[in-house]
Amino acid sequence: MAKGFVAITAERCKGCGFCVEFCPTRVLALSSAFNSKGYHPPHIVSAEKCSGCDLCGMYCPDFAIFGGRYAR
Amino acid sequence: MNEATLEIPYEIPEGARNPVEPFLRMDRMPHIWCAGCGIGTTVNCFTRALLDSKANLDKVAIVSGIGCTGRVAGYARLDSFHTTHGRAIPFATGLKLANPELQVVVYSGDGDLFAIGGNHFIHAARRNMDLKVICVNNMIYAMTGGQTAPTTPATAITATSPYGVSEPTFNLVALAEAAGASYVARWTTYHVKQLARSMEEVLKKKGFCFIEVISPCPTLYQRRNKMGDGLDAMKDYKAKSKVRNGAPTGECTLSKTGEIVVGKFVDRERPDYLELLKAQMIESLGDRYVEPEEACCSEC
Repeated sequence: MAKGFVAITAERCKGCGFCVEFCPTRVLALSSAFNSKGYHPPHIVSAEKCSGCDLCGMYCPDFAIFGGRYAR
Repeated sequence: MNEATLEIPYEIPEGARNPVEPFLRMDRMPHIWCAGCGIGTTVNCFTRALLDSKANLDKVAIVSGIGCTGRVAGYARLDSFHTTHGRAIPFATGLKLANPELQVVVYSGDGDLFAIGGNHFIHAARRNMDLKVICVNNMIYAMTGGQTAPTTPATAITATSPYGVSEPTFNLVALAEAAGASYVARWTTYHVKQLARSMEEVLKKKGFCFIEVISPCPTLYQRRNKMGDGLDAMKDYKAKSKVRNGAPTGECTLSKTGEIVVGKFVDRERPDYLELLKAQMIESLGDRYVEPEEACCSEC
């Protein structure tokens, strides 16, 4: 069971890849799908690894992703 | 592709929302910054700092000049002012003097603060005005098409120096320290946690505080210099930056490919402008001195 979650607003993404590169547990990868502006937003490849640290949210220059921890 | 088709293999708790959204005018999104630009990252850090410092948001004002970073004032859902080119610090000074309760943050770029508004910067630092200056340094005049800025490192190719820049560059942290700033730090957009902590510290500190944030400019600086995109710049910052807190600022000059010294360089206490003004007035006027009236009404 994952400790945290990430939520992605694909339409706001510009595909810079910061979240994919700097995710400490490698939860994300850039998807091959396009959003309406023609960028590749990230998608979740290993959800169970997410620690909910929100580092992706801090790096995202487009405010398109954020993470959080589940309440216990 | 829309949000509904994006497969999320688990539940997102109800009511969860991006912590940055309450601080932004979401009707203006998406913003104009390029893919891979670091300004949005610094805004994230700033909102985390506002959250962590528990600042009263009705008493925080953002003043920006012109340029890519100048757009921050337009996107922040705070009292904000987008001023004329280079004049962010004079406007902020007036705002602070008229309403000393306000926490005034100047959020602008390197060209605006150090080229067009360079004189204002050194004098605000000399007076130790209680302003928090956040300078996003992308090493170029980005919004106008990539001309050489005073911060552009030597040998870099820009729109106005196709054979490479020959001039020496400004060392912003040394300039701020020499002019008299109370707090001087430099981070890159890679150091998000440290940057957020630094911003939180300056929100709690009195006096002239200066934070330089090195940010990628993939469209103009990196492209002309064949340095890759925003992500390559971030990897570069990760590889080349070295944290040296308290390092002598004179040794922290930036170059095109060299080491990037980051850290908190100066944290000192100096009497600020309003304190000095009051002390001088009391000394000359004695009993005749009266406290100035509050500019704000009692309800706000």
